Amino acid sequence: MNVPLTPHVDKATFGDLLTRYHPAPGTADELLDAEGRVRPVWGPFLKYLASLSPEETAQRFARGTQYLNDAGVFFRYYDEAGPSERTWPLSHIPILIDQSDWQSICDGLIQRAELLEDVVADLYGDNELVAGGHLPAGLIARNAEWLRPMVGLEPRSGHFLHFLAFELGRGPDGTWWVLGDRAQAPSGAGFALENRVATTRIFSDFYPKAHVHRLAGFFRRFRETLLNLRGETDSRVAILTPGLMNDTYFEHAYIARYLGFMLLDGEDLMVTDGKLMVRTIAGPRPISVLWRRLDANWADPLELDEQSQIGTPGMVEALRNGSLTMINALGSGVLETRALLAFLPRICEHLRGEPLKLPNIATWWCGDEAARAYVGDNLERMMISRSLSTGLPFTVGPNDVLGGCLDRANDSDFRKWLETEGEALVGQEAVTLSTTPAHVDGQLVPRPMSLRVFLARTEKGWEVMSGGFARIGGSDEVGALAMQSGGRAADVWIVGGAPEKPESLLPKANAPYVRSRPSLLPARAADNLFWLGRYVERAEGAVRLLRAYHARLAETGDPDGPVTAAIADHLETLGLELKTPIPEGLQMNVNAALASAAKVRDRFSIDGWLALNDLSRSLTEIRARPRLDSEDATLAMGGVLRQITGFSGLVHENMYRFVGWRFLSIGRSLERALAMCALLARFGADDAPEGALDLLLEVGDSTLSLNQRYAVTLSRAPVLDLLGLDTYNPRSVLYQLEHLRDHIEALPGADHNGQPSPLARSVLALYASLAVKTPDDLSTEDLDDLSLRIRNLSDGLFSTYTR
Amino acid sequence: MLYDITLSIRYDYVVPADSGRQILRLAPRHLPGVQHVHAHHLAVEPDADERYEQVDFFGNRQCDVVFHSPHSHLCYRLAARVERYGGGPSLDFSPALDRLASELSAIRQMDGDQPIHFLGPSQRVPADPVFRDYAAGCLRPGMSVQQAVLAIGAALNRDMTFDAEATDVSTPVRHAFDQRKGVCQDFSHMMIACLRSLGIPAGYVSGFLRTLPPEGKERLEGADAMHAWVRAWCGQEAGWVEYDPTNALMVDQDHIVVAYGRDYSDVAPVKGVLRSSGSQATSHAVDVIPLKNV
Repeated sequence: MNVPLTPHVDKATFGDLLTRYHPAPGTADELLDAEGRVRPVWGPFLKYLASLSPEETAQRFARGTQYLNDAGVFFRYYDEAGPSERTWPLSHIPILIDQSDWQSICDGLIQRAELLEDVVADLYGDNELVAGGHLPAGLIARNAEWLRPMVGLEPRSGHFLHFLAFELGRGPDGTWWVLGDRAQAPSGAGFALENRVATTRIFSDFYPKAHVHRLAGFFRRFRETLLNLRGETDSRVAILTPGLMNDTYFEHAYIARYLGFMLLDGEDLMVTDGKLMVRTIAGPRPISVLWRRLDANWADPLELDEQSQIGTPGMVEALRNGSLTMINALGSGVLETRALLAFLPRICEHLRGEPLKLPNIATWWCGDEAARAYVGDNLERMMISRSLSTGLPFTVGPNDVLGGCLDRANDSDFRKWLETEGEALVGQEAVTLSTTPAHVDGQLVPRPMSLRVFLARTEKGWEVMSGGFARIGGSDEVGALAMQSGGRAADVWIVGGAPEKPESLLPKANAPYVRSRPSLLPARAADNLFWLGRYVERAEGAVRLLRAYHARLAETGDPDGPVTAAIADHLETLGLELKTPIPEGLQMNVNAALASAAKVRDRFSIDGWLALNDLSRSLTEIRARPRLDSEDATLAMGGVLRQITGFSGLVHENMYRFVGWRFLSIGRSLERALAMCALLARFGADDAPEGALDLLLEVGDSTLSLNQRYAVTLSRAPVLDLLGLDTYNPRSVLYQLEHLRDHIEALPGADHNGQPSPLARSVLALYASLAVKTPDDLSTEDLDDLSLRIRNLSDGLFSTYTR
Repeated sequence: MLYDITLSIRYDYVVPADSGRQILRLAPRHLPGVQHVHAHHLAVEPDADERYEQVDFFGNRQCDVVFHSPHSHLCYRLAARVERYGGGPSLDFSPALDRLASELSAIRQMDGDQPIHFLGPSQRVPADPVFRDYAAGCLRPGMSVQQAVLAIGAALNRDMTFDAEATDVSTPVRHAFDQRKGVCQDFSHMMIACLRSLGIPAGYVSGFLRTLPPEGKERLEGADAMHAWVRAWCGQEAGWVEYDPTNALMVDQDHIVVAYGRDYSDVAPVKGVLRSSGSQATSHAVDVIPLKNV
């Protein structure tokens, strides 16, 4: 059959939805069966979809996209211009799989998970598979993920594997195949969750009654399992990320927030007395379960890859000491290589006395003579690639060869290549994937797809997540599946069986309420929050000054006017050179705030994060305007100021009042106090130019308060009192010192056996010394001295808490 | 030959190092029939807060030390008395070079002494065709594996200049090769790269060299610090053969083995960083003295 399949469908039911839906011959299709009939599991959904008007459909899809944007879901895209963040490419139509089909997938994958556990245990244990000739010794020895320091080490939990993913595809005859195993640090489960939320927003009226299996229970049970793996309950579970620049960092932060675990990187951790500890502001605290999203070789620069800058020296020692459970064990990545697929079917027979329930893609290791001959004789339907590659078979790398595309004249060269480099090569059956509907221009079209399914080990054994992460090709080409080449992601609905109760991670209503312990604050997170507070406040101060500068310039047109020139001079001392109306320094400041925020995304609201991004974007936009006179700049700075205060409001009004919030607030107070000291020293000096006091009041946002209180002509004393010493004015130095004192006194360790800590003592002394002053005492020298003491406080804070 | 070995490695920090963790591979190995360690002692100053002794994958003694508090200097002192036995007759039991692959594919063990670990690329010795070309140029038709090992070692010794200033501990092997200069570490890495490119399993040996030569012989290069050489697997019958490319000789009683690995990074005598922001100075002294009247 070489003509495309034509749907046999009732136009009255499905309208024009399927007019363009013609799956290619020789492929299976998710939506249509071999005769072109809509599979029963899709019927109700398709009818519903056909009932929506094009406008309604567009509106609903936009709703999903909006949700993803608001949730801050993105993926990192790499091209010549370097990495950038792109909108999450959701294919809005989910993939529907019938419960009975799904059950056989589950049975197959659970068997495979158990098999992989047996294999990895053997590879790091007795090596009977190699001794018995079931695996070639050289293939294991050359695998960079077979980690020699881990040999002979039994995992603390008794298991190497706790969380797995399998990439599946459906072949032309309709059977599901495993295309690849993911045992190192599988990603995608968090994205699957986000795809689900977005998809349910789109089909909000259909989804609840569609008998779709829920995802939350899977995560809840895995979370409980991880908590139980701790053993002693005073230790913690944490998620280890390679950091910000990793392409799935968003997912790490998302999962951490969703499950309520700390998100850490290698620098947050240390190993003391054979135990893994997180450096927190209250000192080192034990971590006994680590869900790593980091490839094993990077985990410990001492015993694994010495080049690693993101690892923790001693991590392997902690494992050797049996004080840490790693999800998954370091070294599990050995299971991911393509060559292993050639041996697993026979290993399954050998170890379990049964065949694989779900076949994996047919693979031949060319180090074996018979296999090599077979690959040579069947070239046209093979892909030849590196044995140790961990890539999935639909990603054809630069060193891979598709036999079908080969020039047969070079046949003998090719056979020679197989002969000399056989051990390093595998042949795999070229992949044909099934197609599934994607929505293009108001109609459905078939696109190739693969499916990632997740398994977690719970106390009752392996559990399969009822759903998954699907990749949909951006075109008909199988190679176009990756997002980097235009592929999309889709939700996976498992439909049928018993009706599902909605589930979420929130505890059941009738469970006794337990207030959980506040989470620990890693020192690095505290540092980033502190600097976030400082940078945002610094930006705000700069914007206020810039607004005052441009307002004066617009009024007088004279940049050399005494106050105007003094502001320009002051701005320069802050690193803000007026080469352009809006100095580059301001942008750098906001970007520094963003960089700090990015490292603590799991710790403050998504709205706050988005507001900060908006702020950065508006600044870029304003600075790019071709002509920006002082009038425009004044107005623009007003707008930016409102955006900044919007961010501060979002964060400070909504952030849980715990230590993290204190560090953010300390950063803000410290910066504000310092900035005000500098302003008062320059513009409050006896020899300050005329109009300087007005400027102080304007920048200090205090014109109204002063008018209400004094209603007199402006003189130095009341202005210095209001901005320096008034504890009711949130712009005054003393007000900020009072807050600093309160925050620092509330930090862990501020109290040493009933005595204030050195840091608490110094902030108290600083506060008291200013509180007893009068405006006349506030000379420029006093203010400079005050600045110095505030800076020392910052150093003290650093050495006490964030080293 | 019976030796008394002393080694001292000292670091002085301009800014005191905060805390730190290091892995030491300094103590000689016990090798039945080859060398016997009568006694050894490794002193650490200041005292380490934690200290663990273990044997690594390749059978080397590994000592982990951890310091919790700041210190401005660090000193490791090793004292060992080691007996090194004489080599056997240097007969060549190795197969022809093209017979080695089938011997290798018959291996079904994974322990650290198996040659299969020493075939593929490793951290400091990545695969690089330049070494394959160089190595191929050293071969004559019909050579045995051991002849090939000797030919390549001799060629490298001839073509490379010993120069302690030309490279440091982190110089990539390709860089040293291109400038035809280096120290024992570079010579060894080059030889390993060449041998592996021909399918001959090759590993890195760190150890000590007798300080003063027997009367009438020249003093060997590398005797004033820890030394490095190469071991190559020459088939089931011949087993491992050790060769010192820096001095162009088969290893015998003048060499004392500390550690075996795939390359330097497996056997670095001191591995690990201390949290210190300032610079550091290092001094390194070795004495390997033969005992008389034994």
